[in-house]
Amino acid sequence: MSPGRPARAGKAAGRPARLPRQEMPEQGPQERSRNFEEVALGLPEEAAILEASRCLQCKNPTCKAGCPVEIDIPGFIQAMRDHDFAKAIGILKDKNSLPAICGRVCPQETQCEQVCVLVKKGEPVAIGRLERFAADWEAEHGVAGRAGAPAQPAPATGHRVAVIGSGPGGLTAAGDLAKMGHEVTIFEAFHDTGGVLRYGIPEFRLPKAIVDREVEYIKSLGVEIELNTVIGKTLTIDDLFGMGFEAVFIASGAGAPVFLKIPGENLNGVYSANEFLTRANLMKAYRFPEYETPIWVGKRVAVVGGGNVAMDAARTALRLGAEQVTVVYRRSEHEMPARAEEIEHAKQEGIVFRFLTNPTRILGDERGWVRAMECLRMELGEPDESGRRRPVPVAGSEFTLEVDTVIIAIGNAANPLVSSSTPGLDTSKWGNIVADPETGATSRPGVYAGGDIVTGAATVIEAMGAGKRAARAIDQYLKSVGADSPPPQSSPIKGEEPSR
Amino acid sequence: MYRVVRAEWLSEVVKLLEVEAPRVARAAQPGQFLIVRLGERSERVPLTIADFDRDRGTVTIIFIKAGHSTEELAAVNTGDQIRDVVGPLGNHLEIGPIRLRQAFFAKATKARRGFGGQVGTVVCVGGGVGVPALYPKAKALRAAGNKVISIIGARTAGLLVLENEMRALSDETYITTDDGSKGTKGLVIVELERLLREQAEKGHPHLIPPPSRGRKSGSPQADETHSQGGKIDLVIGVGPVPMMKAIAEATRAYGVKTLVSLNPIMVDGTGMCGSCRVTVGGQVKFACVDGPIFDAHEVDFDELIARQRRFEPLERDLAAQGAHVCHLEQAR
Repeated sequence: MSPGRPARAGKAAGRPARLPRQEMPEQGPQERSRNFEEVALGLPEEAAILEASRCLQCKNPTCKAGCPVEIDIPGFIQAMRDHDFAKAIGILKDKNSLPAICGRVCPQETQCEQVCVLVKKGEPVAIGRLERFAADWEAEHGVAGRAGAPAQPAPATGHRVAVIGSGPGGLTAAGDLAKMGHEVTIFEAFHDTGGVLRYGIPEFRLPKAIVDREVEYIKSLGVEIELNTVIGKTLTIDDLFGMGFEAVFIASGAGAPVFLKIPGENLNGVYSANEFLTRANLMKAYRFPEYETPIWVGKRVAVVGGGNVAMDAARTALRLGAEQVTVVYRRSEHEMPARAEEIEHAKQEGIVFRFLTNPTRILGDERGWVRAMECLRMELGEPDESGRRRPVPVAGSEFTLEVDTVIIAIGNAANPLVSSSTPGLDTSKWGNIVADPETGATSRPGVYAGGDIVTGAATVIEAMGAGKRAARAIDQYLKSVGADSPPPQSSPIKGEEPSR
Repeated sequence: MYRVVRAEWLSEVVKLLEVEAPRVARAAQPGQFLIVRLGERSERVPLTIADFDRDRGTVTIIFIKAGHSTEELAAVNTGDQIRDVVGPLGNHLEIGPIRLRQAFFAKATKARRGFGGQVGTVVCVGGGVGVPALYPKAKALRAAGNKVISIIGARTAGLLVLENEMRALSDETYITTDDGSKGTKGLVIVELERLLREQAEKGHPHLIPPPSRGRKSGSPQADETHSQGGKIDLVIGVGPVPMMKAIAEATRAYGVKTLVSLNPIMVDGTGMCGSCRVTVGGQVKFACVDGPIFDAHEVDFDELIARQRRFEPLERDLAAQGAHVCHLEQAR
């Protein structure tokens, strides 16, 4: 923090003291708004090293405290500055099993980069871009994590842990538990891995090849993944204990779409963002008819909501051929929960934003298809419990947006499939599983939970942080249970293994 | 991958597949469905579990070729692999000892997911593609001790499926075909209306929920009397949406409790996407997790009929593509 440090840092790299933050090349807005290729192209090697050299290597790094998974940020950046990318990825993977994903989708501007000391002097170190570079470098050069990361898992403990859901929380917990020597099986409801990384975040923001790569890494740690297994339907948590699992981590995600509850929401042409994105991403409907799941997008699309999911839906609709896409958000731009970069990208691509606007009903034609959406203008009143100024309707300000497609992206509620099939598992009045924020422990011994199913819809990295903390707590729990104690629950159903 | 242990044509357009899926078989209950995805590029297709065998670890699906996905699925042979099978999904038909009067008179159970058990006489109505989905429900109701009257229909005699199976479990079976090539000429609704009319004429006007609680002491006794003389306690209808709508309208006039098993367009089948939303009793329900069995008199069928057309233009594209592939195969 002393004024001498930037100069020293600059000298060490042989560069001027005030190097600008390195910009990441991108596909041009015109071109990219009609394809599903990744928008951001990643820093070139030279730029990455320059960017790494901007780091002051603070003695008490505040960035590290800003990271939900506690990455040694100065450490990996120093390695990059030393051109030792293998060491850099090793340091990253020591704490973060999914660096290529976090480097792309983390809201760094509200986490590590927000608390970088350079913010006071201008722009923070582009930590996310550096993380992405290191992960992509590894993918290209095929160097497994070493020099800082114990690539070899700890000796086998003989304990078995079941993880429900292969999204960011589940993958993180599974990876960490495997590194600790436990035998881990992930149960995934869908036919493919990744949870929201697969069905929610579009290809142009997070290529699925990267999700595949990160999942392969988790599997390489010894984690088994069983697809097509809906916990709560195919098997219950009690079944899992009966099969010999000693602890369960529930990371099933939020997974139940919230609608506006206004007239016309069941008209044809109205989607939940979950349905729209799942069709486009998981089912690859953007490649219809090569892939057989259809998706219908009209000419004029309204997306209701202001989060990352709304941005993803809007930009996907554009890429699927919509002529005009309008984001309708009831607060102002300042209150939007989406990442700054996503809002910026959406604007560049020509997405129209109507702030302080709230839909009141969706109007249909005689055949049951959307023809328009009636909205009300809002103004900001006093702050509400979230600290944001509450939007208040402006009387008599109704107006009509001519649209043929409406995508509702106002959030998710807790999916009750797991909780309703698990006796003794406490939930909140919203249906979220009640879990200790530090350990993920629930009201059932041996059952832990984390991510959106506990917190409500949040971010990839927060789910990963919860997975990390739960893995630590489960490890402690397994040690305390010991090898000679019986599992905490058993069910009469025999634990036969499946043939797949 | 899930191995097909038996593949059989039941008619020229109806196929049966028995698939190895031990966990699904173990958890399955009558009325539930599963989702299959044949290959990497295929859609997720929801299909009623027509039968399951926990000892063999298999589930059976029966479906009619009615679009690209089911045509692809119909090409599967014994020994082939299906990429994905997930289930059991949805709620099962409750066949426990639920008392009739609870089901009829408790407002809270109006939209409940189904009921059955010792209800007395059940008329099971299945049209075309609905018959295989009707079969497990009829079987379970019969096993629970009910009198089962079946009405099954098809466009023409050659398309009628599971006739023997339905006859075997039914006390009475009526067949209808649109062209009159077998049984009564006309739609299944013709036979249903006849039965409803006959029960009314025989002096069994059905107990309609009383407006006041004044009759409370008398009615349960009547409810528990098992009918031998034509009184219909419950109708279950499965088939194309317009058929289910017609069933609902027919039974409403007689005040006969009626259940339908809905088949809206789905993606995940676990309540995650809301594609299958349907209005029941003025409330939005997701058929995949709140259903698929609903009180027929509460369902907004017109909305459902419209929603079934959401992807029609795209499906035509796919069908055209499918037809092309099909011709090539025929040429070989």
